[in-house]
Amino acid sequence: MRDVDAKNKLDIDLKAYETKAPAHEYVSDLSRVESLDSNQWLNVGVDTTEADRAGTFIQKDCSVIHSRSQNPDVEVMSIADALKKHDWLSSYLWKYISPEKDQFTTAAKNQPIQGYFIRSMPGVTIQQPVQSCLYIAREGFAQNVHNVVIAEENSTLHIITGCSTSPHLLTGLHVGVSEIYVKKGATLHFTMIHDWGEQINVRPRTAIHVEEGGVIVSNYISLRPVGSLQMSPVTYLNGPDAIARFNSILVAAEGCYLDVGSTVHLNAPGTKAEIISRAITVGGAIIARGEMIGSVAGCKGHLECKGLILKEGLMHAIPELRGLVPGVEMSHEAAVGKIDQREIEYLMARGLDEEEAVSTIVRGFLNVDIEGLPARLAVEIDRAVTQTQKDMM
Amino acid sequence: MLTIEDLSVEVGGKPILNHINMEIPDGETHILFGPNGSGKTSLMMTIIGFSGYTVTSGKIIFKGEDITRMPIYERSRLGIGVSFQRPPTINGLKIRDMVALCARKKSADVDGLAAMLNFTSFLDRDVNQHFSGGEIKRSELLQLLAQEPDLALLDEPESGVDLENIVLLGDMVNTLLEQGVKYPKDIQEHAHRKTKIKSALVITHTGHILDYISADKGQVLYNGHLCCSRNAREILKWIREYGYEECVRCAM
Repeated sequence: MRDVDAKNKLDIDLKAYETKAPAHEYVSDLSRVESLDSNQWLNVGVDTTEADRAGTFIQKDCSVIHSRSQNPDVEVMSIADALKKHDWLSSYLWKYISPEKDQFTTAAKNQPIQGYFIRSMPGVTIQQPVQSCLYIAREGFAQNVHNVVIAEENSTLHIITGCSTSPHLLTGLHVGVSEIYVKKGATLHFTMIHDWGEQINVRPRTAIHVEEGGVIVSNYISLRPVGSLQMSPVTYLNGPDAIARFNSILVAAEGCYLDVGSTVHLNAPGTKAEIISRAITVGGAIIARGEMIGSVAGCKGHLECKGLILKEGLMHAIPELRGLVPGVEMSHEAAVGKIDQREIEYLMARGLDEEEAVSTIVRGFLNVDIEGLPARLAVEIDRAVTQTQKDMM
Repeated sequence: MLTIEDLSVEVGGKPILNHINMEIPDGETHILFGPNGSGKTSLMMTIIGFSGYTVTSGKIIFKGEDITRMPIYERSRLGIGVSFQRPPTINGLKIRDMVALCARKKSADVDGLAAMLNFTSFLDRDVNQHFSGGEIKRSELLQLLAQEPDLALLDEPESGVDLENIVLLGDMVNTLLEQGVKYPKDIQEHAHRKTKIKSALVITHTGHILDYISADKGQVLYNGHLCCSRNAREILKWIREYGYEECVRCAM
């Protein structure tokens, strides 16, 4: 029964959405942004004071309303501006994602509505994160963005990308095609926080290419209600010793449908991948996928899908490992269930009442150590977890 | 402090404890001996109130209050603290936060306590995750030091602890129970002894812990029956010499 509901959730009629929206004015001084909007952005880690940020990109509906780099070693601009500036950039588009993949990629190809371009220069370490926000304020709008991120050779870059909608918004569709390139010896931390509306449908399509010795650490957090979300970024570890680490933290309230996974191709010797997913359903449906394909000897991978069912819903963990040659080393761990009574009683024996004990355990469950998070964002996530917990109880 | 009257307990419909009577007065430390499977841990779990241990007769009185049907956390807040033998792992909860939780409204010097237990490097690890047997003991003791219970139930506090840490652990158990000679200098010893009201029930089957703490009394649990109650060292000698079966013969 729930599966049938789930399928209906996944069927989206693109014609039901508008692809045009009135333009919004460019805002040079973000302190002028209405608090209605800026508070929504802050919830997803995007700070309008731009303190401790190397750059900021904000797109509202179809308009880039702010885009600037505060560090000469990092480029932050709209994809349209970037294509004008760099002749070579077009060769990075649609390289590892085919526009024919599905109706969403086709729509993003045929009717692109901006998106960001972020690039760190070779050999530099960008200390502060670059922040980007993709925001929908127009009722019934389909935001099709195309993003490109390039961490040039031996550079280090952290991107916080927050996506949200205006609080009053009922329906909308977000399609985000993102192509991410981690060059030789580069490290990219990519933290994505989603806070959509209860009836918003979200279809990110992401491909990540990692060269020799490159590292991609991707954190994905979706704690607030969303209509439906379906994504499974595909990562190609094509250079020797390339590393991918994916963490996702998902909460599905009643009526939410989250189908979230990651696929990693381990295509070179010494490549390593880790996919960790923590999911809680409080009445919604979660499909937590993880897939690794090991095609050379000496690659290693580990998958961990853990799900808690706090209220009747669906928790479907699908860990998949595919080894093609001898000498691949891949493992997985999947567990779905309720909170272990022994854990609750253990904490109660330390003086916590049952509710405190459950909330402590849930908080711990969601507390995946996320590498490279700026302290302030860690605090914000912590706050979001606490709030989520309150809503669950 | 603790009085157990005619206590019988079942686990999964199977009788585990039969008509146990026990009295631990204020300030006394009692040792509970018994072979594997004799019901020692079950007795402890019943005292703290874990689910799955069904009381079929009798009652447990703590500080004059009947706690037989009381929720676990109320027993804990009333002053019972347990060092578990095999506590569960709690993912994502750091030892540091756990210790602070144990202190509840008191403020605990988490770093200071951890340093005393040689446990500082574990403070940012998840509770019990991949801990060795000895590390679990130290972690449990650290939590109890923050909790400061009036009655400590210690389930084999010394098993699995390496030689380097066993003396330390003995010391810390004494600190927990306010035993030993480490009383503040400006308080006369007799005055200190008078104020000491902490009690303990310590489970052991090797008896090694007796080298580090002083026990007021020993009791032997055998097949769910409490068979013997006398000087702890005497009992240990008997058990070492003749084994449990012989030891409890006098009482059966």
